[in-house]
This record gives sequence, C-alpha cells and structure tokens, in this order.
Amino acid sequence: MKSLWSYFFVGVLIFGLGVHSHQASAKSNLVIGITQYPATFHPNIDSMLAKSYVHGLSRRPITTTDASWKVVCMLCETLPTLENGGAVLEKTPDGKDGIAVTYKILDAAKWGDGMPINVDDVIFTWEVGKHPKSGVSAQEGYRRILSIDQINDKTFTLHVDRRTFDYNDISSLNLLPAHIERAKFKDPAAYRTQTAFDTDANNLGLYMGPYIMATQKTGSHMVFERNPHWWGKKPAFEKITVRVIENTATLEANLLSGGVDMISGELGLSVDQALAFEKRHGKKFNITYMPGLIYEHIDLMLDNPILKDQKIRQALMYALDRKAISEQLFGGKQPVAHSSVNPLDWVFDEDVVTYPFDLAKANALLDEAGWSNKVKGIRMNAAGEPLRFDIMTTAGNRTRELVQQVLQSQWKAVGIDIRIKNEPARIFFGETVTKRKFDAMAMFAWISAPESVPLTTLHSDDIPTAGNNWAGQNYTGYRNPEMNALLEVIETELDRGKRVALWYKLQNIYATDLPALPLYFRANAFILPKWLSGLTPTGHQFPTTLWVEDWAATN
Amino acid sequence: MLSFLARRSLHSLIVLFVMSFIIYVLIGLMPGDPVDLMISADPDITSEDAIRLRAIYGLDQPLWSRYLHWLGAALTRDFGYSRLYAQPVWDAIIPALGNTLGLLISSLTLALVIALPAGIFAATRPYSLSDYGINLAAFAGLSIPPFWLGILLILLFAVTLGWLPAGGTADAGGATALWERLQYLILPIASLTIAGVGGHTRYMRASMIETLRQDYIRTARAKGLSESRVVLGHALRNAMIPVVTVIALDLGVLFSGALITETVFAYPGMGKLIFDAIMGNDYNLALVGLLLATALTLIGNLLADIAYASLDPRISYAELDR
Repeated sequence: MKSLWSYFFVGVLIFGLGVHSHQASAKSNLVIGITQYPATFHPNIDSMLAKSYVHGLSRRPITTTDASWKVVCMLCETLPTLENGGAVLEKTPDGKDGIAVTYKILDAAKWGDGMPINVDDVIFTWEVGKHPKSGVSAQEGYRRILSIDQINDKTFTLHVDRRTFDYNDISSLNLLPAHIERAKFKDPAAYRTQTAFDTDANNLGLYMGPYIMATQKTGSHMVFERNPHWWGKKPAFEKITVRVIENTATLEANLLSGGVDMISGELGLSVDQALAFEKRHGKKFNITYMPGLIYEHIDLMLDNPILKDQKIRQALMYALDRKAISEQLFGGKQPVAHSSVNPLDWVFDEDVVTYPFDLAKANALLDEAGWSNKVKGIRMNAAGEPLRFDIMTTAGNRTRELVQQVLQSQWKAVGIDIRIKNEPARIFFGETVTKRKFDAMAMFAWISAPESVPLTTLHSDDIPTAGNNWAGQNYTGYRNPEMNALLEVIETELDRGKRVALWYKLQNIYATDLPALPLYFRANAFILPKWLSGLTPTGHQFPTTLWVEDWAATN
Repeated sequence: MLSFLARRSLHSLIVLFVMSFIIYVLIGLMPGDPVDLMISADPDITSEDAIRLRAIYGLDQPLWSRYLHWLGAALTRDFGYSRLYAQPVWDAIIPALGNTLGLLISSLTLALVIALPAGIFAATRPYSLSDYGINLAAFAGLSIPPFWLGILLILLFAVTLGWLPAGGTADAGGATALWERLQYLILPIASLTIAGVGGHTRYMRASMIETLRQDYIRTARAKGLSESRVVLGHALRNAMIPVVTVIALDLGVLFSGALITETVFAYPGMGKLIFDAIMGNDYNLALVGLLLATALTLIGNLLADIAYASLDPRISYAELDR
C-alpha cells in the first residue's frame, strides 16, 4: 500500500513538472488579456473597442489624439493648421464656408508587404467610405469631404464642406491598402463580405503598424509579430499575443497563473473588480487607474409628466451623494460628472452648475413641486399619487446594479420610491432605450471623445420616433432651442477662445436643464506586470497600443 | 432497418425544416436589430447611416421575406454570412464545432466510464455504506454549480499549483506538442465530467435497482447463476434502456449547453457561439447553430432507438416507427 502511495506522489510530481512549463513567459513575448473579440478586422466597418485596441498594435491612423489630449500626426509629417498654412479657408462650389487641408504622408511609411503608403490609398479609402453600399457604418466624415486633390504621391488636399474646429483631425479616415482592397471593391455591395481584412486577415499588406497580425483564432486570440517594414522605433517585444477571456474571474486567474502577462485597461476589469484584485494581489502588479471618457449617467424620460418638472430633476440630483458613491464603491477612482464634458477636457468649465449632496434643498424642491405629503415615507401629490419612478439598466452588469441599489436608498431618504426594472443588454439597448420605451430612468454610458459635440444626444432633431425609423440618440426627448443653436455653432467655431465660451454655456444649460442625471466618468484599470514600462494610459478612445513601440520589458 | 433509417431521416428533415422557420421567426421577433447594437456602440452613426445600414443588411424587409430569402440560399448550401464574426456561417461554426465535439465526446465518454460501473455497484449493494458514499458523491457532482466548480478547478490547478493552464486553447498559449495541447482540455473536461457523472450514476443506479426486482432476475438467481452473471448478463441490458434515453437527450443539451464551462474556461465552443449569436443579433449564425443542436438531438434519439432494439429483442424497428 505504501508503495502505491509513493507511485502516486511520484506521478503527481512528474505531472506537475511536465505541465509547469506553460507558466514560463519569456519577456521577448507579451500576452495581453482582453474581454472582447473583434467582430471584423475591417477598420471602417462596425466600430468596436476590441478592434481599435488590436489595430493599435498593427495599424496607424493619419492623425490621432495623444496621451496629453492633443491632435498629433502618426502617418503625416506635420499637422496642418490655419496658422502654418496647411489649412486654408475656402468656399465650397455651392458658396458655403469650406476648408482645404493638406497633408503629407511620411516618406518612409509602408504597408507590411513593403508597398509605399500613398495618396492612392487615401482616395480609395474615401471612395469606399462614402459609397452607400460599402457597409462602412459611420459615413458622415467621408460625406463631408467634397473632393481630394493629389499633389504628388505623398501629398494630398482634402476639400471639406464645412469649417469645423477639428478640421485637421482625420483619425476616422483609417487607410485601406488600395493595392489589395481595390480588387475586392469591384462589387461594392459584396465588399463587406469580400474584404481581405476578413478573408485574408494575415495579409501583411493590410497593416502598417509596429506589428502585423500573424495568426488569429476566432473568439480566442490574435498573435502579432514584428512588421518587417515598420519605419519607426523598433518595438521591444518579438511577439504579442492578445487573448480574449470574457469572464473576468477567469481573466484574473489567467493573470495569476501566468496565462496572460497583463490585463488591458481599455477592455479588462471594472474598477470595483480591480480594487478587489488590488487588495489581494496588488503587490505583484502595477495597477493604474485612469479616468476616461465613458460617461455614466441616467437618461430621464422627459415625456414623463413628473420628470418634465425641472424642480423634480434638480431634487433628484441634490438627493444623491455621488462623491460618497465614488469613494465607497470605486475607491475615489471615478470622478463625479457634472455634465457630459470630462474634467480632463480643455473645454471643461470649472464653475459649471453642480449639485452637492443637500437633502434640505432636495426636500424643499420636492415640496415646491407639489409632492409634500408623505405616506409611509413616500411622497404623494395632491391627487394622492406616489412619487415613484422605474430605473432601468443592463441586467447582469454588477457595477451598475450596485450603484442602482445605492441610488434607490438615497432617493428613498427624500421620499422618492424607486423600482428597479432591469433588462438584458440585448433588449435594453435593442428596444427599450432606442425606441424610448423606458418610463422614467435609463442608466447607461456614452463613449465620447475629447471635445466631442453631443449633437446626436442633445439636438431635438435627433429624438428617435417611429417617423424617423427610430434613428437618433436623444432618447430623453430633450428640446431646447438654445441648446440646438449652441450645438450647431460650436462645431463650426474655429476660434478657441470663442469656442470655450460656447462650451461653458452648453455645460451650464445641460447642468441646469438636466435632461440626464450625470453620475461619474468610468475609469480604466490597467493591471500590468512590474517589469513592463512605457505604457501610458490615454483616458480617451484612442488605445494605449497606438504607442506600443514605447513599451519595454525592464528588470 | 434500412427502411427505418430512411423514414426517420425523412422525419428529421421535416422537423429541421419546421424548426428553421420557428427559430428564424423567434429570433426575428426579439427586440432590436443588429443596427441598433451598432448605434449603441458608435455615437457617430447618424440617422441617415442607420437607414442605409438596415437596407444593406436586409433588415428593412419583412421577416417572412427574409426567411424565404435565407431558405432559398440555404437550399443551394449558402447558409449566409455571420455579422458577428465577419465570415461565412460555416467558417465560424466549424472550428467551434470541432472544439465542442472534442470536449463533448471526451467528457461524455469519461462520465459514462465512471458513472455506469458506479451506478451498477451502488445498485447491487443498496443502502450499504458504499451505496451511500456513491450517492453522496453523485449528489455532490449534481449540486455543484458548474461555474463555481470551474473556478475552483482553475484556482487549484492553475493558480495555486500552476500545473495546468487556466483556460483558452493551445494555440493561444503557443503549445505545439500533443501533451501541451491536451493540458488545455483537462480542466474543461474534468468540469463537464464531474457534472455528468452524478446524473448518470443516479440514473444507472435507479434503473438497475428496478430491474433487479424483476421476476426474471429472481428466476436467474434461482437457477444458481453467479451474481455477476445475473447483473451483467441479464439485468444490465434492460437497465440500460432508460439510461440510453437520457444519454441521447444529453447530446443535444451538452452541444449547446456547455456555455458556462466554455465561458469560464475561455474555450471557444458552440455553446458560447450560439449565445453570442443570439445576444449579438446574428440571425444566420444563431439559426444554423440552433439547427445543429436540433439535428444532434434528433441523431441522439435515432441512436437511442437503434440501441433499444439491440438491447431489448422484444422491440422491433416497426414498433419504434409507430
């Protein structure tokens, strides 16, 4: 019997030694864990954070916004401005105010197969982008370009139909390699199923970043290797594997067992999960929190007769202790929001109308609004109706459900009865929010960009109705002519001084009218190995991977 | 037997055809469409873009028209394009199908290899200490939630001991040797096996106890046959009939129902694929995935019927067909 046990233990030991090798991860390779797999690798079809993240390793936009929130060149030599003469004001053929912007592509810039990146690629990308059948999801940016002049192989001028303050930011013009994709675009209607990005995704010629995508397995992982034709700083890692693990508990286990080296901040753990992880294993990793542009808020249904009353909306804000929520649930890592404009944005107004936690003010406003009687702690109006709202969010989103419960108890303290009524994301976003079927409150987030004009969420033309086929994102039904005028003028105001004044006005109207209740800006939690250096969180929609050549393994 | 197989195949095709319509309509009636999901992820999509995209994806057509279009194409073996994976449906399904079948066959075989002898052993010693022990283990296997079991296995074997990878597939870990590749399967298979052993042990035990009470078993014992001969030679065939039914039904459930195991172990299989397709409004992928699950259940039932006939000589194919 004793010998049997000995055999067993020896067997276990051999098994353990035999399999232990998987943990070893040489520092010439980096394994990143993320929670989502891209639906398509085509850069201009179907916007998705996972795709932006992996394209950051293998592709470069012409311009982008850097970690200091400034628009910079990536594929171009100099950022064209009105001051340096790269941009020139002009009239469009139909006499409107337009602008001509000239870019020069870097001489050294090449696709991964060695073909130079040139103006032909720019023109082809524009042709695909504006074609109604190409499947490109957001075409507005392409439609605004009236024509493109080819100055030489590397220089081109865009003639744009309006003068917007972000005239030189063409980060959404993601270049397509004409020498590969033109043949696929012969039948524009079939292009989205024929594109080499999905039928031949390992073709080197699709990429022009420090890495090329060498292999991938749908739903599982993508492997990136150094691009032989990369012209910039040599990236430190020979190979980067991006593994997709949707379950965050499994993602954590993979990090602890060495299955992944780091968890991306853009698509990883939520802040509360990261804080819990930090308590248990914080000493083994560098954990960085970066507040970002994901604006968590509660859309209010302004067609609701009770919520139509501004006093009620303001009372709802005064009754909330959002600072305490941020401190207690998120360790203070997620800043309180006062409007949709992030405090990190240069147009943020420090003196914007705010709603500090003030129960007395909340109670006074509710009394003034005619909800002064209390029955069993719930306020009633003169008709004996209770002050009651349904709050909805995505079922299964642990963080939102937790916040929802805190909101419910805080509002109960001023006599507002809140009923939680959550739905799966598929139904919540697919029907309830988009078709404005929520009765009172819908809690979700908007992903924004630096100095992003909230035209589609606040302009009254963008209220979804059956008549416009439920298009538009002004789900609250907010109508304010002053806001409409501001939204229209901000975009075309080139003078920074004048523009910032308009932004201040917008934020204050928003904070006073409260079409939505601002909660907080979500932060990203980057869980990195101690030996990784050079990764700088951006806080906006452009991922850290766009600067992957700065990442390094250090002792 | 051949005519039986032919008739059953025809019946199965009719069931699949009807199911394709029901599934397509049910998915189509779910709230929202793929464009709604695109809009929620991209604030730059304008009203004009939304209308254009709905026309491109055919979502501006009535449901019946979309179904007829799909059916017409399916009859020419074109099952459509997966919006979620940007590839033809079969290209998305085949790798996941391979993964799932590997997982399913291994775990089911292992579960049966353990559960059937354990159930027989317990049934032949009812209410003994060993019977209680086996029952306890079976109930434990049945009761542990699969996601919790999965996490426990990962914590023990991947995080604490560091013996096995915490999840994913061999390609993601850069494994090439067969043994290295197999390591990625051990924990998901163990998780599914533990869950399966409990149920099958209970079925086998109950069925065997019931069979051992039959008169012909008493007769066999009276003839002086050894207990092993009585159990394995006489009782087992009859006791297997209800167990075979359960195994057959399990095929379809395991095929699409290993979702939790696949999610916990980041294993790209059919359960996850079908779930994502339904949640992501990928009509073509969800439809074909669910039809495959239906087909597998039908095949499982067909195999069960064939097994009945071979286990019980009193059952003829003509009776099964009635």
